[in-house]
Amino acid sequence: MFRSTLFLISGLLLSTTLLAAPDGARLYERHCSACHGLEGEGGVGVPLVLPSFQRAVEDDFLFTTIRHGRPGRVMPAFTSLSDAQVRAIVDHLRSWAPERPQQAARPVRKPAHGKPGRGKALFAQHCAQCHGANGEGGHGTGVTFSRPRDLPVMAPALNNPGFLAAADDHMIKRTLMEGREGTPMVSFLDAGLNEQQIDDIVSYVRSFEEEPLHWQYDRDEAPAITMESSYDLQTTVENIKRAAVGKNFRIIRIQRLEDGLFEEGEQNEKQVIVYFCNFNFINEALSLDPRVGLFMPCRITAVEKADGTVELMAINPRYMSRLFNNAELDEACTRMHNLYESIIEEATL
Amino acid sequence: MKRPLRLLSALLLALLLNPLAAEEESLLMMRSSQSFPEAMLAVQKTLGEYGYTVSRVQRVDIGLTASGFETDRYRIVFFGKPEEIRHLSGEHPELIPYLPLKMTIFAEQDETLLVALDPTALDDIVDDEAFAQLTMRWKNDIIAIMDELREY
Repeated sequence: MFRSTLFLISGLLLSTTLLAAPDGARLYERHCSACHGLEGEGGVGVPLVLPSFQRAVEDDFLFTTIRHGRPGRVMPAFTSLSDAQVRAIVDHLRSWAPERPQQAARPVRKPAHGKPGRGKALFAQHCAQCHGANGEGGHGTGVTFSRPRDLPVMAPALNNPGFLAAADDHMIKRTLMEGREGTPMVSFLDAGLNEQQIDDIVSYVRSFEEEPLHWQYDRDEAPAITMESSYDLQTTVENIKRAAVGKNFRIIRIQRLEDGLFEEGEQNEKQVIVYFCNFNFINEALSLDPRVGLFMPCRITAVEKADGTVELMAINPRYMSRLFNNAELDEACTRMHNLYESIIEEATL
Repeated sequence: MKRPLRLLSALLLALLLNPLAAEEESLLMMRSSQSFPEAMLAVQKTLGEYGYTVSRVQRVDIGLTASGFETDRYRIVFFGKPEEIRHLSGEHPELIPYLPLKMTIFAEQDETLLVALDPTALDDIVDDEAFAQLTMRWKNDIIAIMDELREY
C-alpha cells in the first residue's frame, strides 16, 4: 500500500514537473522567430541553425546572449524570462544542431596568448571591412525585413559589451579558424593566417573590453513634445500644416482622434490630428530599422481644452528610440525630434 | 593581458551590464508563415474578435512606391476600444500622441511580420494603478492575438 502510494505520488510529481517545464519551441516562436526566422534561418538576427554557428558556441554563450542582449544592436535583454525558460530556448536551439561544440571539425587547442598590437593590424586588414574599424559591426538592419536583401547576415558588433560578456576567447578563436559556412565569414586558416595570428586577433578583440562601448539612452527624455498655442484650434491646425510643408513634409491627412472609432457626428471635434510624411525620410528610417512604422506617420495633435486654450502634442522620437534598442536610430530620432519642435514652435508663435 | 587588467576589464563590463545595458524587450513582435494579404485579413478579424475597432490602415508602401522607392508591402493598423480611447484622452491627455494603439505589419518575402509597442511602456507616462492594469490587459490581448495569428 505504502509502495503504491509512493509510486502514485512520484508519478504525479513527475507529470507536474513535465507539465510545468517551459516549452522552448513555443518560447522561441514568441520571442525570437521574428528576427531569427521560424526555423532559425536568420534575418536581422544571426542564422542560428547554421552548423558552423552551432559548433562554435557553447550553451553559456546562448544563455548570456538571451539574458543580456546586445545593447544598441536590436537584440533586447530578455530579463522577464526565467532561467528555466531561457534554458528551454537554448535547448530548442540545440535541437537543430547535428554537432555540438566539442565535435568541431577543427578542434581548438588552448588559446596561446596573442599580442593585441599585432592583432589590431590584422583586424584592420581582415576584419574591419565587415565588422567596422573599431568592431562596431555592420550597419543597418537592412539585410532583410521588407527591404531588398543585400547581405545574408549583419556582421556582429565585436565591441559590444553584450557580445564580449557572452563570447569567450575559445569561441572567437574557433569562429576565426573555421569561419561560418553560409555567411561571408571565411576560415582565416584557409585565408592563409596561422594560429598565432589568429590568437593575436582574438587578443585584440578581447582588448575592446578595456574601452567598452558605452551606450545608453537618456532616461530623462519626456514621452511627448507639448506646447500651448496662442491661436484658436482651426488657426493652429492651419499653422501646423503650413509649418510642416515648410519643412518639406507632405500633408497626408487631417482627422479627428476619434475618427474610425465613433460614428460620424459623434466624434470629439476638439482633438484634431495633422498627419504628414516625407518619404525620403521614411525610406531612410526603414533602412535603419523596419520596425519604425510605430513612429509613423508623422503626426501632431491639436487639442482644445475646456478653458479654450489649444495645446499641441507629438510623440518624442528620442523617448521612443530606446524601445527599439537600436543605436543607429538615435541620430534620425534626434533629427525628427528637432523637426517636431520647430514645426510646433512655428505653429504656435 | 595581465591579471589585474583583466579583472578590471571584467569589473568594467559587469558595471556596464548591471543594470543591463540592453533595453528589455519593449516591442511585441511576431512572424507569421502566412502571406501578407492573408495575415492582414487575419489581423483585422482577430482584433475585432478581441473587441477592438480598426480605425484606419495606413498604406506606407503605396506612398513609398509612388515616391520611387522599392519596398515590400508595409502597413500600419490603428486600433482601439472606442470608449477606452475616449476616456483616456479626456482623463490623461498626455497620452493622446500615443492613441489609438497601432500595429505595424509588413511582408518579408513569403512571410509576414507584425510589430506593436508593448503597451506597458506607456506606464511611464501615467502613474496610475488602474491604467497599469489596463495596459497589462492590452499587452495580454496583443500577445493572445499574435498567438492566434500563428495558429492560422
